[in-house]
Amino acid sequence: MTALISCEDLWKIYRLGDVEVQALRGVDLLIEEGEFVAIMGASGSGKSTLMNILGCLDRPTKGCYRLQGVDVGGLRADQLAEIRNRRIGFVFQNFNLIPRTSALENVQLPLFYRGLPLRQQRALAAEALARVGLQGRENHYPSQLSGGQQQRVAIARALVASPSLLLADEPTGNLDTQSSLEIMAILDGLNKKQGITIVLVTHETDIAAYAEREVVMKDGRILTDRKTPSGASALSVEA
Amino acid sequence: MPTFLLLTVLTAVRILGRNRLRTGLTMLGIVIGVGAVIAMVSIGEGAKAAVAERVASIGTNVILILPGAVATGGVRGGQGGAVTLTTADAAELKKRVPLLRETGWARRDVMQIVHGNKNWNGTVNGISPSYLTIRGWSFTGGGPFTQQDLDAAARVAVLGQTAVDNLFEPGEEPIGSIIRINHVPFRVIGTLALKGQSAQGMDQDDVIFIPFSTAERKVFGTRFLGSVGALFASTERPEDLVPAVAQIREVLRQRHRLQPDQDDDFFIRTQVDIGKVHEDTSETLTIMLFSIASVSLLVGGIGIMNILLVSVTERTKEIGVRMAVGATRRHILIQFLVEAMTLSVLGGCLGILVGILGARATTVVAGWPTIISPETVIAAFVFSVAVGLFFGLYPANKAAWMNPIDALRFE
Ligand SMILES: Nc1ncnc2c1ncn2[C@@H]1O[C@H](COP(=O)(O)OP(=O)(O)O)[C@@H](O)[C@H]1O
Ligand SMILES: [Mg+2]
Repeated sequence: MTALISCEDLWKIYRLGDVEVQALRGVDLLIEEGEFVAIMGASGSGKSTLMNILGCLDRPTKGCYRLQGVDVGGLRADQLAEIRNRRIGFVFQNFNLIPRTSALENVQLPLFYRGLPLRQQRALAAEALARVGLQGRENHYPSQLSGGQQQRVAIARALVASPSLLLADEPTGNLDTQSSLEIMAILDGLNKKQGITIVLVTHETDIAAYAEREVVMKDGRILTDRKTPSGASALSVEA
Repeated sequence: MPTFLLLTVLTAVRILGRNRLRTGLTMLGIVIGVGAVIAMVSIGEGAKAAVAERVASIGTNVILILPGAVATGGVRGGQGGAVTLTTADAAELKKRVPLLRETGWARRDVMQIVHGNKNWNGTVNGISPSYLTIRGWSFTGGGPFTQQDLDAAARVAVLGQTAVDNLFEPGEEPIGSIIRINHVPFRVIGTLALKGQSAQGMDQDDVIFIPFSTAERKVFGTRFLGSVGALFASTERPEDLVPAVAQIREVLRQRHRLQPDQDDDFFIRTQVDIGKVHEDTSETLTIMLFSIASVSLLVGGIGIMNILLVSVTERTKEIGVRMAVGATRRHILIQFLVEAMTLSVLGGCLGILVGILGARATTVVAGWPTIISPETVIAAFVFSVAVGLFFGLYPANKAAWMNPIDALRFE
C-alpha cells in the first residue's frame, strides 16, 4: 500500500530582496494512513511551511510531494482546490473562521464549494457540529463563542467533508489548558475511532504526547523522527 | 451550480446589508445616473410625442406652397407678399400633377367679427372647399360649404372653436346664426372640432372659414383677383410627397416663366421638412442623453470598483480561508462579481424608481408631458448589470488570483 504522504527532498526558499530564507532544506517524510504524527521544533524551524505544503496551500520550491501516490506538484490550481476540498481538513492556530457568519454556515463552507444541495449541506454541518459537542450553537457567530468553541467549529469544518488527512498547525496555541485538553480529546477520538490521519504541530510536549509519532524539526530539516512509547491514551482526561 | 449561485447572491445581499451606509453611498452614483437618464428620456419622449401629435394635426401628406421668394433662413413674411400664386396656378397643378389627390387655396386676414353684443378680432380664411379636407378639419356641428357656395360667393361661414367661444354665449347654438364679418352678414353653417396649439404655439382654432370668392369680393377687397395667400395640396401616400414637390416646382416655374438662373418666386414646404427639424433635435437630445448616461454610469461604476477593491483587501484573509476549504478561482471570481452586480442592479432599480418619480414630478410641477417606455427601463436595467460586470471584473480577478497561503497569512 502506498503511503498517504510521501515527501522527497522538499525545499522551500523565500527570497526577500537580497536575503534568501531557506525555510525547508531537504525534508523527507513518509506518513501512513491512520497515523497520528506530532511535529515539534523551535519557532522558525519550518513547521508551518511544511504543513502548508502538505495541505496543498503552498508549493515547494524543489522536491516532490505525493498525496495518496499522486504527485501534487503537477496539478493545476483548481485541482489543488478540489484536493483541499475533499481530502484535507485544515485546523489553524487562530481558528480562521469567517466573521459575522454563523457556526453552521462556517462548517457548511466545504460542502458549499462542493456544490451539495443546501438541505444536505445543513444536515451534514449540523451533524459535524454535534460531533464536536456544539449542538445548539449552530446560529452563533464566531464572536459569540469562546476560543475553545471557535476551534471546535473549525474542527467541525475540517471534518465535515470526511477528509482522509487532518492537518492542525498549533491548534491549541491560543487556548487555555482546559480547552486544549478538550480539543485534543476530539482529535484523538477522530484518529482512534475514525482512523483519520492527523498531523499536528505543537510546542507543548504534553500535547505532542497524544501522538504515536514525534517528528522534531530544526532549521528546515527533520532532526529526529521516532515513535512515542505509549501513545496518548495514558494521558487523556475524562471529557 | 444553481445552489452555489443562489447562496452567493444571498451572501452578497447580506454582506452589503451589513454596511448600509457604505452600500448606499456606493450605489448613489448609479442611482443618480440611471435616475437622471430615465427622467430625461421620459421628458424627451413626452416632448417628441407632443410635437409629433401637433405635426400630425397639420394634416397628413400635405404640401404647402407660399408665394414670394425664399427669404434668408427660409422664412417669409405674412400674407402681404408679392402676388405670385393664384387660383389658376392651383387649377394648373391639379391638371398637370397627377400625384396630387387634392388642391386647395386660402387667403387670410384678421377682421372684426360681430355677433349680437359680442365683438372679436379673429382670423378669417377665404378658402376653397377642398381646404378643410386637406388640412384634416372635422366638424362638431353642421357641415362644410360646397363648390356651389364658392361659385355663388355665398355668405356662409364655418367657425373654429375659439371663434365660437368668443362670439357665442355658452350653450348658445351657433349653427344658423348670423354673424357680421367686416359689416357683411354671414350665416354659420358649421363648427369645427378642437385642434389645439400648432407646433409653433399658435392657436389653430382661432379661425373662421368662408368661401374664397366671397372673401375676395365682399370682405378682404383685392388688388388682383384670384391671388391667394397659400396653395395647399395633398398626395395619396407619404412617399409621393417628394416627387410631387418636384413636379409642382416644375409646373410653377414654367407658368411663372422663370429663367433657369432665376430663383423660385414661391416656396414649398412639406411635413417631411417639418419632421426633419424634429429628427435633428431629437438626435441632439439623444447624443446629450447618451453622454450624460455614459458619464454617470462611468462615475457609478468607478465607485463600485473602488469600494470592491477596498472590500477585497479587507477580506483577504476570508478569501484565503475560502480557498483553504476548497474554493476555486472561479468561485471567488463569481462571489465578487455577484457582489458588484448586486450593488449595480440594486442601484439601477433604485435609479429607475427615482427616474420615474422625477418624471412624474416634472409632469405635475412643470406640466410637461412625460412618457416612460418599457424599453428605457429595460435598457437602464441592462446597463446597470453591464456596469456591475465590467467594473467588478478587475477587483474580482484580483481576489481570484490571490495565492491561497499569502491570502491566509495576510494581516
Ligand atoms: N512568506 C514568507 N516569506 C518569507 N519568509 C518566510 C515566509 N514564511 C515563513 N518564512 C520564514 O521561514 C522560516 C520558517 O517559518 P515557519 O515555517 O513559519 O516556522 P514555524 O512554523 O516552525 O515557526 C522562518 O524563518 C520564517 O521567517
Ligand atoms: Mg508556525
